[in-house]
Amino acid sequence: MSPSKTSSDSDQDGLRRLETMMLIRAYEERLAELQRNGAPGTCTSVGQEACAVGVIEALDARDRIVTNHRSAGHLLARGAEPGRLYAEVLGRRDGYCGGRSGSLHISASALGVVLTSTIVGGELSMAPGVALAQQMGHGEPGGVVAVFFGDGAACEGIFHEAVNLAVQWELPLLFVCENNQWQAFVHRLETMRDDAIASWARGHGLPVERVDGNDVDAVRAAAVRAVTGIRADGRPRFLELVTYRLRGHVEPDDQSYVDATELARWRERDPIGVQTARLVAEGVVDAAGLAALKRRIDERLDAALAFAHASPWPASETLTEHVYA
Amino acid sequence: MPRMTAEQALHRALREEMHRDARVLLMGEGVATKRRDLVQDFGAARVRNTPLAEAIIAGTAVGAAASGLRPVIDLLFAPFLTYSMDALVNSAGKLRHISNGQFAFPMVAMSLTGSGWCVGAQHNHNLEAMFVHAPGLKVVMPSEAADFKGLLKAAIRDENPVLFFTDIGLLHREGEVPEDADHVVPLGEAAVRRPGGDVTLVSYAKTVATCLQAAEQLQARGVSAEVIDLRSLKPLDEATVLRSLRKTGRLVVVHEASGLCGIAAEIAALAVTRAFDALRAPVVRLTGPDAPAASSWALEQAAVPQPEAVVRAALDLVGEGREMRRNAAIA
Repeated sequence: MSPSKTSSDSDQDGLRRLETMMLIRAYEERLAELQRNGAPGTCTSVGQEACAVGVIEALDARDRIVTNHRSAGHLLARGAEPGRLYAEVLGRRDGYCGGRSGSLHISASALGVVLTSTIVGGELSMAPGVALAQQMGHGEPGGVVAVFFGDGAACEGIFHEAVNLAVQWELPLLFVCENNQWQAFVHRLETMRDDAIASWARGHGLPVERVDGNDVDAVRAAAVRAVTGIRADGRPRFLELVTYRLRGHVEPDDQSYVDATELARWRERDPIGVQTARLVAEGVVDAAGLAALKRRIDERLDAALAFAHASPWPASETLTEHVYA
Repeated sequence: MPRMTAEQALHRALREEMHRDARVLLMGEGVATKRRDLVQDFGAARVRNTPLAEAIIAGTAVGAAASGLRPVIDLLFAPFLTYSMDALVNSAGKLRHISNGQFAFPMVAMSLTGSGWCVGAQHNHNLEAMFVHAPGLKVVMPSEAADFKGLLKAAIRDENPVLFFTDIGLLHREGEVPEDADHVVPLGEAAVRRPGGDVTLVSYAKTVATCLQAAEQLQARGVSAEVIDLRSLKPLDEATVLRSLRKTGRLVVVHEASGLCGIAAEIAALAVTRAFDALRAPVVRLTGPDAPAASSWALEQAAVPQPEAVVRAALDLVGEGREMRRNAAIA
C-alpha cells in the first residue's frame, strides 16, 4: 500500500502490477483445483485482476474497502496473506475470519477491508454508512471508502439508493462497478442496455468514468483521478470498469451457457496478457523474467496451501461465539 | 417523578444519549423536521433526514455502526421493516459472527407497531417475532413510559443491533418517568407488574395493560393473577417467567401478534420444557389471528386479545370457568 502516484509509472510499478495480477490468478486457479477435489465452492474473479490491482493501487493506508463475494483480488491486492485466505476458504481456524466466513465474505479490518457482503447489493447498502463515519471523523484523516460491486448489483434498487444518498450527503465514497458481463448465470445484456450502468450513475449527478477494466494502467489512472477528486472535495465518484468473468459463476461451473466466440474474444483481452505484452514490448521483462516471476508465485502459494491445510478446524464449542458483542 | 407520555420519554432518551455520547446520531425520514430541537442542539450532521428508502437507511446505519458511530434509525411503521430486512438480518445480525468478531454493530432500529390508529395492514403489523428469530439481533417492546426511556437508553448503549418496537397505542399514554440521565432499564429483564399466586399472565407492550385489567377483574372473583411484562423479547428473561410459573402452576400468554411461531409459542415451550412438573393446567395462548391487521376500528379491536378473554382463560385454568359453564349447562 504505497501512496497514490500521479507521476508517470516506472518499470518497477508495471512489473509489480503484473506480479500481483499473476498472484491473484494463480491463487484462484489453485482454488478451482481444490474444489475439483471437494473443497467448498468459490466465486472467482479470474479475468478481473486489473480492476482489483488498478483501483487498490490508487488507494492508500488511510482508505477502506467494502467488497463482495468475488473479493480475492481485492484482498490480495491489498496485501492479504494467501495462506490465511486459503485457510478461510477451507474453514480453518487461521483464516482471516477464523473459518466462519468461508470464501464468500472474507473481511480483514486490519487491512482496511471491511464488511464484505455476499448478498448482491448488500455491500452497496453498507458503504454509505462507512463513508458517513469517515466524513464524521471516525476514519483516518483524508481517507476515502471504495465499494466494489458488479453489474448484477447495479440492477438492485439499492444501487440507486446508495448512489443517491452518497451524492446528497456528499460522502467520500468511490463506487467501483466491476462490470464483468455476467449476473450469476445470466448475461447482463439480457437484463440491461449496454450503457445502462454508467448512464444510471450519471443520472444521479456525480462524476462518472467508464474505462477498459482489462487494462490495469487505464484502471489505475481513472482510479487515481477519482480518488484525488474525492480527497479534494469530499464528494463521491463513480467508475465503471468494463471487464469479463472468464470462469463460471461458482466453482465448479462448466460454462456451457457461455457464448464460445464471446469468451474467446475476451480471452484475447486477458488483463494479464495485455500487461505482459506491454512490458515485453517495452523491454521491461523477458521470458526468463516471467518464468522467475511465476516460480516465485508458485513457491509462495505452495507454502500458503501447506499453511492452510495444517491449520486446525475451529473447535465446535466456538459455534455460538461472536453472535453478540 | 415527572409524568410524561411514551413519546416524550423516547425524545428524552434520545436527547440524553446524544448529549452523553457524540457518536450517537439519528437518521430517518422526517426526524430532522420533527425533532428540530435536537438539530439545534446537536447539529444537522447528527440528526439527518433521509429519503423514504428503508433499505439504504438501515444499510447506512449498519456501515456506520461498524465504523465507529452509534446510529439510531427511525423506520416509521413496522411493516416498512421488510424493506430493511437485508441490512438488519443479513448484515447487522450476521456480520459480527461471519467476521469472527472483527466488527460490532451498535445500532437501534425504531418503528411503530400495533393496533390503535386504524391504519390498516400495510402500516400495522406486529413483526417482532420475525426479528427474534434472526440471530445477532436484540428485540425490545416496552409497555410503560419509564421503560420507553430506560430501554431506549439501554438499546443505544448496547454493542449489538437492537430492534425497538413502539406499540402505537401506547405512544400518548402517560406515566412517571425518572429524570435520571442514567435511568437505564437493562435489556433482558422482565418486570413483575402485579404479584399473584393463582395464575401467571405473561405479556408485553399494549396487552400488559389488558392483563392488568384482567387481573383486577380476577381479583374480584377471588383469583390472584401475577402479571409479567417481558419488555425484552430477546434476550428473554426466562428466569422471571419460570419463577412465577413455579409459584402459580398456571400460564396464560397474551400478545397482539399472530400466534404461529410467535412469542407466546416460545413462552409455552419454555414452560413445558423447563417447568412441566409445576404445571397444573395446559398453557393457554391468547394472540391475534393469522390474518393481516384490519383497518376498521371494530375489526381491529376484535383481533386484539381483550381483558374478558384473559379473565375467561384464567378462570378456566383455575377451574372456576369450567364449574360455571357446567352449572349453566345444568340450569
